[in-house]
Amino acid sequence: MSALLELKSLDKRFGGLHVTRGVSFALRAGDRMALIGPNGAGKTTLVNQISGVLTSDAGEIRLRGENVTRLSQAKRVRAGLARTFQITTLAPHFAVQRQIELALFEREGLTSGMWRSVDAYPTLQTEAQSILTRFGLRAHAATATEDLAYGEQRLIEMALALALRPKVLLLDEPMAGVPKGDGDRLLAALDALPSELAVLIIEHDMDLVFRFANRIVVLAEGAVLADGSPDEIRRDPKVRAAYLGN
Amino acid sequence: MNTFLNILIDGLAYGMVLFVIAVGLSVTLGLMRFVNLSHGAFAMVGGYCAALLTREAQWSFWVAVPAAILATAALGAALEALVLRHLYRRKELDQVLFTIGLSFVLIATTNALVGPQVQMIPLPPLLAGSVDLGFRTLPAQRLLVIVAGCGVAMLAAWTVARTRFGIWLRAAVDHSGTASALGIPIRTVQCASFAAGAALAGLGGILGAELMPLEPFYALKYLVLVLVVVAVGGMGSIAGSLAAAVLLGIIETASKYLASDWGSLFFFVAMAALLAWRPNGLLKR
Amino acid sequence: MNTMTTTPALAAPTAQAAAPHCAPAWRAPVVLLVTGMAACALMPDQLGLLTRIFITALLVLSLDLVVGVAGLATLGHAALFGMGAYAAGIFALKVHPDPLVGLAVGIAAGAGLALLSGAFLLRYQGFTFLMLTVAVSQILLSLAQKARQWTGGDDGLSGFVMGPLLGRFDFDLEGRVASVYALTVLVALFYVARRIVDSPFGLAVRGIHENRARMAALGTPVFARLWVLYTVAGAMAGAAGALSAQTNAVVGMDSLSFALSAEALVMLILGGAGRLTGALIGATVFTVLHHTAASINPYHWLFVVGALLMLVVLVSPAKAWAWLRRRAGGVR
Repeated sequence: MSALLELKSLDKRFGGLHVTRGVSFALRAGDRMALIGPNGAGKTTLVNQISGVLTSDAGEIRLRGENVTRLSQAKRVRAGLARTFQITTLAPHFAVQRQIELALFEREGLTSGMWRSVDAYPTLQTEAQSILTRFGLRAHAATATEDLAYGEQRLIEMALALALRPKVLLLDEPMAGVPKGDGDRLLAALDALPSELAVLIIEHDMDLVFRFANRIVVLAEGAVLADGSPDEIRRDPKVRAAYLGN
Repeated sequence: MNTFLNILIDGLAYGMVLFVIAVGLSVTLGLMRFVNLSHGAFAMVGGYCAALLTREAQWSFWVAVPAAILATAALGAALEALVLRHLYRRKELDQVLFTIGLSFVLIATTNALVGPQVQMIPLPPLLAGSVDLGFRTLPAQRLLVIVAGCGVAMLAAWTVARTRFGIWLRAAVDHSGTASALGIPIRTVQCASFAAGAALAGLGGILGAELMPLEPFYALKYLVLVLVVVAVGGMGSIAGSLAAAVLLGIIETASKYLASDWGSLFFFVAMAALLAWRPNGLLKR
Repeated sequence: MNTMTTTPALAAPTAQAAAPHCAPAWRAPVVLLVTGMAACALMPDQLGLLTRIFITALLVLSLDLVVGVAGLATLGHAALFGMGAYAAGIFALKVHPDPLVGLAVGIAAGAGLALLSGAFLLRYQGFTFLMLTVAVSQILLSLAQKARQWTGGDDGLSGFVMGPLLGRFDFDLEGRVASVYALTVLVALFYVARRIVDSPFGLAVRGIHENRARMAALGTPVFARLWVLYTVAGAMAGAAGALSAQTNAVVGMDSLSFALSAEALVMLILGGAGRLTGALIGATVFTVLHHTAASINPYHWLFVVGALLMLVVLVSPAKAWAWLRRRAGGVR
């Protein structure tokens, strides 16, 4: 089975700071990979390079075999990549349903349409509503996103990424800032992710990591310290020394 | 050759005036991220105070000018502390519109108090004549402007680099949250910088009274030029403002001398090109 | 430690929640048409003022697309207006005095300038973008002053007489034809603007305004969308300029001025940006106030506008309006 996402010797510097040092790994369909590492290891920077927010200095990124290293964010999304943000990034005054519909319009390539009203697309409206129902947010369809509880906003983040029907999904700390009790719906959403999706998740919560991931990559000071199954990582002395500490 | 030197000297003087007025705005923009379009009004107030004190109150030029600068500083401090600081968190557009409204009000008030005629600042005999530099003679006023501009630049650079206030200022610009957590009095720094910027603008208004006549619409008329200098030089960069002001001042003067029927075309083309090349400021990458 | 053993139900069944919806696009334009026609019928001696209101409203409407909908603060919008005005005037003078063809020329000129300048301007954001819009419009102003043979320079462009509208209706001295002409163009373009804003394209542009990073993450080609929007706004501003040239039979340098850009922005903010109707209200109120205050000292007028601006920023009518709408239920 060929790799959906492939990184080859990805490298990046910010002035004198070497933030990504020759990172290489590959993701296949169905992989649930957790990217862990101490703060400042360069995890979000790496995800930003994969999604196209930042340009790498050297190395290659391949999405389903296609070289996307020089492509814009938008083009990578069209090629099947989607991501969520660590800091919730939503259109604050949009109604929740509209925010989802916007993702659907983009997916279908309809946002060049300037004449028909957004209300004239019943199939997409139904799909948006069913997405909201799936995430337990149907009651908030007409609420502005900024008026939602924080945990619900994080759900929208994930819903938007999934609405794009990606092949590769990057989750940047989806549980960040969500109190332990409120995370149930998010956890359920993670469990319910399509099985053929390749998922890369940045997370600090080790319970979640060991429960969710079938593969773990440990990043330290911008370089890959270890790459293997959860058991291998748990037993790896290097990782223990650098990170887990126990 | 003569024309070339004339352009250089007049351009340098013009640039220095623009720098002195603009530097305060650049610092407040960089420091507080506050777009203050009423900054031109400070230059106007400084000029007006100096004009009225020398002409109406018969004060000596050398006393009136510092007094005018202090008055402008006081006005700046009062405005900042009472009104403007409540807008620091607002959107850029809100700040733009509020301060434009404030400019309008200040223009109308100036007219109501003093009338619409141009205000002249009579120069003392020492400055009214010419100075012989050996290779050519210069109007003393031009020389004063250039020297004052250099003085302001050096004073500003020294303050920022060497004094405690300068360190506070730089810390506050870089990260005001951390700075205040470290005990740096952010409010004082903000208010003092604003007042200093206003004072410098006042000085600029006085120095530039010949090139930029003082009348009630002054506050808005030259605002665009000042904004251009700040944008091209880079917000918060004193050296950038100096470089941008001198460069653009010379270009504008050259175009007035050599191609006057093209208006300010070259000034704005140069501005657009410089800004497109270095959107964050001339000296920043 | 394993915390979960069963997956909780994700669906939380609720009563049918209200869904966001837009009002039909034709409603507001019809109201505008009726109001405008009524005004023309009831105030036959003020047709010149009404025509000016319609034209200004169209200009501010085009500005609302850029500032209110797309979120691009610009102080150079007069360039697009003036471009349309001069193009229509020169066309009437040198080629053919038919008003509708001239209108098309003005629209094309405004759109063309927006297309060209937008390709450069839209690479920048925030304060840099704002200053560059000033630069572009000042450059255009200087070029217009230089090209005296074409534009008449500081004396303005005049001496052209418009032909009859639709081949039948001559522009009369009372201004009846002019006012109906201007109103019709305004209503038609208002309808177009409404449809655009309520379309998926409009939704994407509003999304770019609210959160650019989010739109990029959804796969939106941000630059392309903004470019198209800017061009459409340019077309509308050009139409306003053409109307101005044709109904006044003169084009002056003030149609390219910084003062006009600033005034249009003030009108937009006073009326409320982002909803299109605010542009119409702001333009109307401001023009009427200015007209009645014109005899008074211009400095007093400046004081009033300044104070109003400060007040509006401190107590934003848009926020008050939005708060009211949310209490009444339903978000767009």
